[in-house]
Amino acid sequence: MKAAIILFPGSNRERDALRAVEKIVQAKPSVVWHGEHALPAGTDLAVLPGGFSYGDYLRCGAIAARAPIMDAVRAHAGRGGLVLGICNGFQILVEAGLLPGVLMRNANLRFICRMQHLSVERVDTPFTSHYAKGQVIKVAIAHGEGNYVADAETIARVEGEGRVAFRYCDARGGREGNANPNGSVNDIAGIYAERFNVLGLMPHPENLIDPLVGGTDGRGVFESLAGFNKEVRAC
Amino acid sequence: MKARVVVTLKDGILDPQGTAIEGALKSLGIAGVNNVRQGKIFEIELATNDPITAERLLRSACEKLLANQVVENFQVELR
Repeated sequence: MKAAIILFPGSNRERDALRAVEKIVQAKPSVVWHGEHALPAGTDLAVLPGGFSYGDYLRCGAIAARAPIMDAVRAHAGRGGLVLGICNGFQILVEAGLLPGVLMRNANLRFICRMQHLSVERVDTPFTSHYAKGQVIKVAIAHGEGNYVADAETIARVEGEGRVAFRYCDARGGREGNANPNGSVNDIAGIYAERFNVLGLMPHPENLIDPLVGGTDGRGVFESLAGFNKEVRAC
Repeated sequence: MKARVVVTLKDGILDPQGTAIEGALKSLGIAGVNNVRQGKIFEIELATNDPITAERLLRSACEKLLANQVVENFQVELR
C-alpha cells in the first residue's frame, strides 16, 4: 500500500501519522506538499494530519481545504481511494466538502488536551475492522474546535446511513455527563463519507500506538488499514 | 473601489464566544445588553470601479471562501 501524508503550512502531526503508517500499515509513506497538484502514482491512502494549518486563519482548515493538492485528494476519494483526516485533517475534509457538517469552537470555549474514551460504532470499514463492534478505546484529543455541527436533515442522514465512526463516551461506554468534551451533536467524534472510504475524526489514534506513551488503542485504525491492504491485494 | 463584507452566524447556531462576551460586558457593569453574537468584517479593496462586477466578484469570494454557508450568512456592502 502506498500512503501520502499531505503537509500544509502549520501542520504539526505529520511525523506522528508517518510513524504510525510506516510501523503498522507498513505502507511506503511519502510526504506531499500542499502546493503539489497530484498525489504520487499508485497512492492508496491519503492522510491529512493534525495541526494548525494556516494558523486556523479565517476558519480552521478553510484555507487548506482550497490548496492545490485538494483537487487531487478529491479525485482520489471519488475513485474510491482511502482518505484519513485527523483533527485539523477532519476540519479540512468538512471545509472541502468531502464530509458533511462543520467543526465549530468547543462549546465550553476551552482547548481540550486530554485522554478520551471513544466507542467504535462499526467494524466493517477499512479503518476499523481490527476493533470489536462497540469496543471502548482510549486515545488522545487536543483541540479547540471539535464541536461537530450539522443541520437536522444532515444528522438524520448520517445517522440513518450508519456513517458515525466514533462517539465520545466514558470508560464504560456511557454517554452521560462529561463524556463529550466539546458539545458535538450526538457525541460524534468521527464520520465516514457515503462510500466509507473517507474517515474524518477529531481524536488522535496515531499518538496511541506505542506502550511507552501509555496506550496502544490507536493501533486498531492502522492495523485495519494494513489488513485492508492485504485483502485488496489478495483478490 | 472599496467594499465591506460582513459574515455572521446563522440564527440558531451556538455562539459560545458571543455568550462569553455578553458575560464580560455584564461584569464590566455595562447593563442592558440582552444578547451578543460575534461576526467578522472583511475590508476589501477592488481593482474594478464597476459595482456589478464588484458584487459578482465579492459574492463569489464569499461563497467560495469567506463564509462557510453551512453555518454563516454574508452581506456585501460597496463603499
